[in-house]
Amino acid sequence: MGFTYLQNVSTLDLQEGKCTGCAMCLTVCPHEVFRLAGNKVEIADRDACMECGACQRNCPAGAIRVRAGVGCAYALLYSRLKGRPEPVCGQEDAGCGSVGGGDNTACC
Amino acid sequence: MGIGSDHEHGPRSCCQIEGAAAAPALVPRWVCGVKAIAAGNVPLVSTRLDWRDRRDAWKIRWGIGRMRSAVIPGLYGAGDPDAQSPVLVTANYKLTFDCLRRELGGLSAWILVLDTRGINVWCAAGKGTFGTEELLARLQAVALEQVVSHRRLLIPQLGAVGVAAHEVGRRSAFRVVYGPVRAADIQAFIKSGYRATPAMRRIDFPLRERLALATLELVQALKWFMVILLILLLRDAVATRLFSGRFLIAGLPFLAAIVVGTILVPILLPWIPGRSLAWKGWLCGAALTAAGITVSGLSLSAGLVFLLLLPPISSFLALNFTGSTTYTSLSGVLKETRIALPLLGVSFLAGVVLSLVHI
Repeated sequence: MGFTYLQNVSTLDLQEGKCTGCAMCLTVCPHEVFRLAGNKVEIADRDACMECGACQRNCPAGAIRVRAGVGCAYALLYSRLKGRPEPVCGQEDAGCGSVGGGDNTACC
Repeated sequence: MGIGSDHEHGPRSCCQIEGAAAAPALVPRWVCGVKAIAAGNVPLVSTRLDWRDRRDAWKIRWGIGRMRSAVIPGLYGAGDPDAQSPVLVTANYKLTFDCLRRELGGLSAWILVLDTRGINVWCAAGKGTFGTEELLARLQAVALEQVVSHRRLLIPQLGAVGVAAHEVGRRSAFRVVYGPVRAADIQAFIKSGYRATPAMRRIDFPLRERLALATLELVQALKWFMVILLILLLRDAVATRLFSGRFLIAGLPFLAAIVVGTILVPILLPWIPGRSLAWKGWLCGAALTAAGITVSGLSLSAGLVFLLLLPPISSFLALNFTGSTTYTSLSGVLKETRIALPLLGVSFLAGVVLSLVHI
């Protein structure tokens, strides 16, 4: 079942000039955002991007930029209240898992 | 870090574990044997979950004792692993670890448990605790080069958020292979020569998983329900100068709004029109409130109070479910929070003011 979130918000940016076509981003992306076009990668579905940052971290050519973070309103509000610069998972007594780590487990 | 519930007190004579690989002082009950290798003794884990594992999972889902859910990091084995067996890397969250070992029946493999502070792979990878540095340190700590002759590390795909495969390759002898998103696919992935089907690489969000996370949202929201009940009790006491059970009935609409936001929206998530979760929550809340007003035949002004008060509660809780979903982005959440929160706040405050006038 496909879930679609807000359109035109993702900060994902691919510099095709730097891309070597290794396709590592295709491997790590759980939402099929990328596709191979010839010997380069291109963005197939930007709106499916959840900005997890796996592609950016695993791009050996440094061709991908994205403001990676958690799409979690609780983490966002919590970090605002505490005056922290950016929301992350697992903050003390945050809603989800914090120490126990429950959220986003799906299962594994 | 508490590990009490997962460990039996006092060592078992058959399973004394010592050596460099892993040395828990108390032997966890899911350890079913020991594999002696040059680097030391490695605990072998059962690939069957028993009723206590299921009880643990149930307790975690309902928010009971969630602090005590860590596995001691280090090297473990399943089946009868040897130098050729695959190495599966995972987090030290008990549910994650259970979820992996449950899928390993009939397979001989090494399990490298990283110290993710008791947090699952995906969340820990986002924080960086399931990451390149911890992986490299753990490889050293368990001397994995002496345990296996191959140089392949199987990392769950969602761990890629924290692990940089090319960096691990550059800074260690090992090569990262990203496995499937779900542990349930791990055996099929290995059998097909470490190749993933597109379905193995895709993350979905089926009803079963939405429900499992929704229960936790409900438990956490019930704390706020207690606050609402207290306010209603005090309001009654001030208005009538006596305590009665009336506040419990007055609290029911609020409980309904909470259940809508935490349970109904997650269940109906793919079918509720719109993209924003705050909107989906408001829509469901408003629809049910309107239905409730119609059925109970409330006056227009009393109905308006509920329409202003209840949907924002459902909406806010649905907005919070973004953290449980597998598809919402930070930019999206920023946008809908910025738009929704002021509107919800105004509506709720207007409801409170109107209810005071109404009394």
